[in-house]
Amino acid sequence: MLGKTAGGLYWMFRLLERGENTARMVEAGFRMALTRSTDSETEWKSVVTTSGVGRGYDSVYDHYAAKEVIDYLLRDKRNPSSVLSVSKAARDNARLVRTALTTEVWEAVNENWMVLTDLLENPVQQKDLPAALATIRQHSALVRGALHGTMLRNDIYDFSRLGTFIERADNTARIIDVKYYTLLPSVSFVGSSLDNVQWETVLRSVSAHRSFRWLHQGDMTASAIADFLILDRRLPRSLAFCISQVVSQLDALSDDYKVTLPCNDMARKLDKDMRSRDIGAIFEDGLHEFISTFIGRNNALAMQIETDFRFNK
Amino acid sequence: MDKNKQFFDEMIAGPDTVTDPYIGYNKWFAEQDPDHLTRKSQEAETFFRRSGITFNVYGQAEAQERLIPFDLVPRIIAEREWAKLSKGIAQRVTAINAFIHDVYNRQEILRAGVVPYDLVAKNDAFLPQMMGFSPPGKVYTHIVGTDIVRTGPDDFFVLEDNARTPSGVSYMLENRETMLQMFPELFSRVRVKPVNSYPDSLHRALCDCAPPACNGKPRVAVLTPGIHNSAYFEHSFLADQMGVELVEGHDLRVVDGRIAMRTTLGYEPVDVLYRRIDDEYLDPLSFNPDSMLGVPGIMDIYRAGGITIANAPGAGIADDKAIYSYMPEIVEFYTGEKAILKNVETFRCAEPDALKYTLDNLHELVVKEVHGSGGYGMLVGPAASKQELEDFAAKLRARPANYIAQPTLSLSTVPIFTDSELAPRHVDLRPYVLVSPNGINITPGGLTRVALTEGSLVVNSSQGGGTKDTWVLEE
Repeated sequence: MLGKTAGGLYWMFRLLERGENTARMVEAGFRMALTRSTDSETEWKSVVTTSGVGRGYDSVYDHYAAKEVIDYLLRDKRNPSSVLSVSKAARDNARLVRTALTTEVWEAVNENWMVLTDLLENPVQQKDLPAALATIRQHSALVRGALHGTMLRNDIYDFSRLGTFIERADNTARIIDVKYYTLLPSVSFVGSSLDNVQWETVLRSVSAHRSFRWLHQGDMTASAIADFLILDRRLPRSLAFCISQVVSQLDALSDDYKVTLPCNDMARKLDKDMRSRDIGAIFEDGLHEFISTFIGRNNALAMQIETDFRFNK
Repeated sequence: MDKNKQFFDEMIAGPDTVTDPYIGYNKWFAEQDPDHLTRKSQEAETFFRRSGITFNVYGQAEAQERLIPFDLVPRIIAEREWAKLSKGIAQRVTAINAFIHDVYNRQEILRAGVVPYDLVAKNDAFLPQMMGFSPPGKVYTHIVGTDIVRTGPDDFFVLEDNARTPSGVSYMLENRETMLQMFPELFSRVRVKPVNSYPDSLHRALCDCAPPACNGKPRVAVLTPGIHNSAYFEHSFLADQMGVELVEGHDLRVVDGRIAMRTTLGYEPVDVLYRRIDDEYLDPLSFNPDSMLGVPGIMDIYRAGGITIANAPGAGIADDKAIYSYMPEIVEFYTGEKAILKNVETFRCAEPDALKYTLDNLHELVVKEVHGSGGYGMLVGPAASKQELEDFAAKLRARPANYIAQPTLSLSTVPIFTDSELAPRHVDLRPYVLVSPNGINITPGGLTRVALTEGSLVVNSSQGGGTKDTWVLEE
């Protein structure tokens, strides 16, 4: 496979994952704003920060409010990570790698772009927001379904999945990074209503509020939530799960190509480090440090993958 | 109505009669509910858009992708008509290959004075870098799109020989696919020669021209300028259908005397490159030094037998519009036979008499740039305003050698389905021809382009034309 094609697949799925995550962040922020009357400015600001577009946002707006944040994250063309920009960029990548995609996957990505371009042509009214977010989610799911249902399990699939999990790990880590202080047991006492709302937002940001409840029967503690998001391999958005998936896709490539590359070792080492920690030790060593280090290592791994498989010249 | 009478309609023979090739189709059509057909027509558009069968339009603010409008009434050609056409095309394409080989080697046709020396040697499309070199299999034009127009029951003319990188074949294939999906029962009633083997035939034709350096199964790749090119859909479509890689210039470089592509496992050699970029961008070391689209050094590797480039660089000399005017002589020179297909009468504005005639009769003529394509930079005299005629006359006087003029042809019409009924529109035809050392392969039919505006003679998709599925009947 061409290095360019591998890179195109990888980025296409990173971008699709990013768009979906952004929609989820908007949803969590919107819900937070609905359920709390005061201080939504801070909440919307953290939504922007978590999405990693703080600098761009600040150059356009001087305050954080629902209307502006939602518009910037969903449809602003000046924001390269807005849902609209990302759907276009993902589709451009899909055109680039068209020969590597099944018709079903290509059509799902193309339709995702057509539907979102239409949906996000004008600012989304707050009353229409839930429906709009649902549409974004559905089309994302269609692409994923087409990928799983129709693609050969070869290097094409591996690079697609690598993009998804590298992006997802980064996204979950950034959510924890921005909200880590609400998870620190020492800062507040367990079970305050403030914490509950904050924690629920964190869980909603990764669509895990219901699965958490189901697994923990309402035992909502900071440590349980942190454990769930970082180490629980049952959660498809936890850091541990994402990294184990990255390892297994890289292993598959290694088998297929009959070669072991630096990224294989890097990923295995990161995975091993995740497996050797428990949440107690992570808190002891410092949650914030742990997450910062993770983001750095995940990033370095991403760059190594790009180099090892010759995505670029 | 009177205005339309002067044109030959390929379907409608009289108030209640259709021409022979359309009898079967017409019977089916008469049974259809117009509302149903209108719905089908909209479905086709949705299908094209969802599949991304689009082309990019240059020079518009938001680089938009457009659909080429598809008309659901097929253009039908009888088997016997096709037999004659394809014989004529094969003859012409054979002569074109012999001509290109000759002008880059012994130049006998120039020495014999059949084609003026200066017209070749001073032509922008002539590449001195190709002198004294024979490409693998002596094939220059692996893929040709011969544009044909019809003016009467037996009157076919060749309008252009597209010997560089003819486009549109993906529409030929997708149009048939669309018709098969929309009206499957129609194909069980009317027997039509299939077109779907084109990608395999193309792959085979390219493999048959593998370079000397190739060992084992030839590795083919399609070279595209990238996703912003107007024909990008077609490039990816053909790569996909052939099951080969779609590469851009920056995926390729010279490695160990071969052109190699950057794969996830390192550089791997390419044997045959079906390039969809123009000569001038192919190699910044040999041609345009600013080109980012090509591969530095590819011409050297090509001449050393390390890669086959299809179509061959310099093949464009054969579809220069001034050279075109000599095509009947060229055909006779190399095949020893009279040309089966007629040329359109052509005035070479480089010649003083022809220039004078052209200027005096501009309002009746079609004037084209000798290197133009896609309908850009041409004048359709009868449709031009007084101002446009004056402006064009000035251009002509400034650079006469840059233009040729032709009479406005009475292009045949085929009905389109519009506003729930049939209405005649002008059409042309581009059959696709594959050339390999093993012979010439012509896909039955080709791409029919149709001017959707009533009375218009310009069928180019960049100028508002549409397409039709083209049938050659199996009789």
